[in-house]
Amino acid sequence: MSEAFIETERPFGWGERVICLYGIVWREGLRFLHQRERFVSALVRPLVWLFIFAAGFRQTLGVSIMPPYDTYVLYEVYITPGLMAMIQLFNGMQSSLSMVYDREIGSMRMLLVSPAPRWFLLTSKLVAGVAVSILQVYAYLVVAYFWDIEPSTWWGYLTVLPALALSGLMLGALGMLLSSLIKQLENFAGVMNFVIFPMFFASSALYPLWRVREGSPWLATACEFNPFTHAVELIRFAFYGQVNWIALGVVAGCTAAFLGAAVIAYDPARGMLMRRGG
Amino acid sequence: MSSVLAAQSKTAVSALSVDNVSHAYGARIALAEVSFTVAPASFTVLLGLNGAGKSTLFSVITHLYASRSGAVRIFGRDVACESGAALSLLGVLFQQRTLDPDLTVGQNLAYHGALHGIRPRESRARAAGELARVGLADRVHDKVRYLSGGQMRRVEIARALLHRPRMLLLDEPTAGLDIKARADLLEVVRGLVADEGIGVLWTTHLVDEIRDDDHVVVLHRGRVLADDASGSVVRAAGAGSIGEAFRRLTGPVQEEGES
Repeated sequence: MSEAFIETERPFGWGERVICLYGIVWREGLRFLHQRERFVSALVRPLVWLFIFAAGFRQTLGVSIMPPYDTYVLYEVYITPGLMAMIQLFNGMQSSLSMVYDREIGSMRMLLVSPAPRWFLLTSKLVAGVAVSILQVYAYLVVAYFWDIEPSTWWGYLTVLPALALSGLMLGALGMLLSSLIKQLENFAGVMNFVIFPMFFASSALYPLWRVREGSPWLATACEFNPFTHAVELIRFAFYGQVNWIALGVVAGCTAAFLGAAVIAYDPARGMLMRRGG
Repeated sequence: MSSVLAAQSKTAVSALSVDNVSHAYGARIALAEVSFTVAPASFTVLLGLNGAGKSTLFSVITHLYASRSGAVRIFGRDVACESGAALSLLGVLFQQRTLDPDLTVGQNLAYHGALHGIRPRESRARAAGELARVGLADRVHDKVRYLSGGQMRRVEIARALLHRPRMLLLDEPTAGLDIKARADLLEVVRGLVADEGIGVLWTTHLVDEIRDDDHVVVLHRGRVLADDASGSVVRAAGAGSIGEAFRRLTGPVQEEGES
């Protein structure tokens, strides 16, 4: 018995943290495998945009030569990075939904009674969500490949990976922050209307900013301030083996800001949980 | 610093010590200077109606949020300052079911083991032992969805014991269970107190779960009204049973808004 006592006194070091992170990612993966509808809808959503919206729009909207493209591109090619980011946007918001759900059924509390530091638990949860979103993006890219959408070289599939990881972290952290603010599940419709749609439409995902500026200068400015625009551009350039440094800076900065705010929101002494009573 | 050390040495023997804890949501006071202790190898019942402040107290003990004032210690470890050390000594059963219904019993336990930094191999071995203890060794590969309510509760006990806590916290664990399942659950937990020397805090509003030699803490409207052995509480209230004592202490039936 004294032996068991000593064992529980063992500090929660980096070895334990690795096990903890692995466990959280593993569970998220298992849950994802069990929710096939979620995977299918995550795949179908961008494909609907690609096959229907883009096909309908390709004549209306020509895209001229602009970086990172060195030739005229089809509209389908233009919106693919935007759709990749959209997959991550939905995934980030969905994991925020699942955190609200987790909180309602109590498994969030189970997570938070782990002896690991809270910032580490929240970051692990975030990493798990990002891993799932990257799987979804690559599933989309496989389908897109057969639609003749591919990077200029095969390296593009690899160089886009760090961009996806960072933009996934940013959108996941935003979702996590929102999850601390959303009281109940029903409010997710509000997240759709007030977060997902404005972020997606007021960005460079569907149309280049110079086209937006022709129509509405103020909207173009709004797009420039939208972190989602920078996530899209980061992915777009990375897909062609290039780095958009401004986008990288904005996305990295927003990731740090959103994650910091989420950790504060879930902090036991300062957090939102206290005011509400769990 | 010296006062911290003094406080620690004073409370080091307690499995759980709740020391002058107060908490409020805005103007509404949820806990007012709540103090009590749970000794190792003891079964302590926290008795209170809905809205008595039990949920807030649980949130504070499990470090979901910090109380406005006061301290909670688990074997002398302050939950707010040394939360990692304190939480590693604490096992919890929440009122809500927190098992993942789509995953198997074994997967649920493995996840919990990982959260506590236990290696998968070690975790599997411990899970087998703990499931055998609660009589569910043969259900390790079954999905939680297919278990009965009582079995789920016992799996949660096995899970809560996986990291070998010395203090076990149970929030209304018998809610929604039938008589047989309730009796089974009580037997398992009382066994832990007797055989393993674990300190148990058992929350309920069902007085028939209390034995005469249990320690009872009566919480009402955020205040501790009684904190003694069950028999003494009954005598002090001049009542014939703990149920009657509880009713006398908490006064006539009052309407409580919060659940």
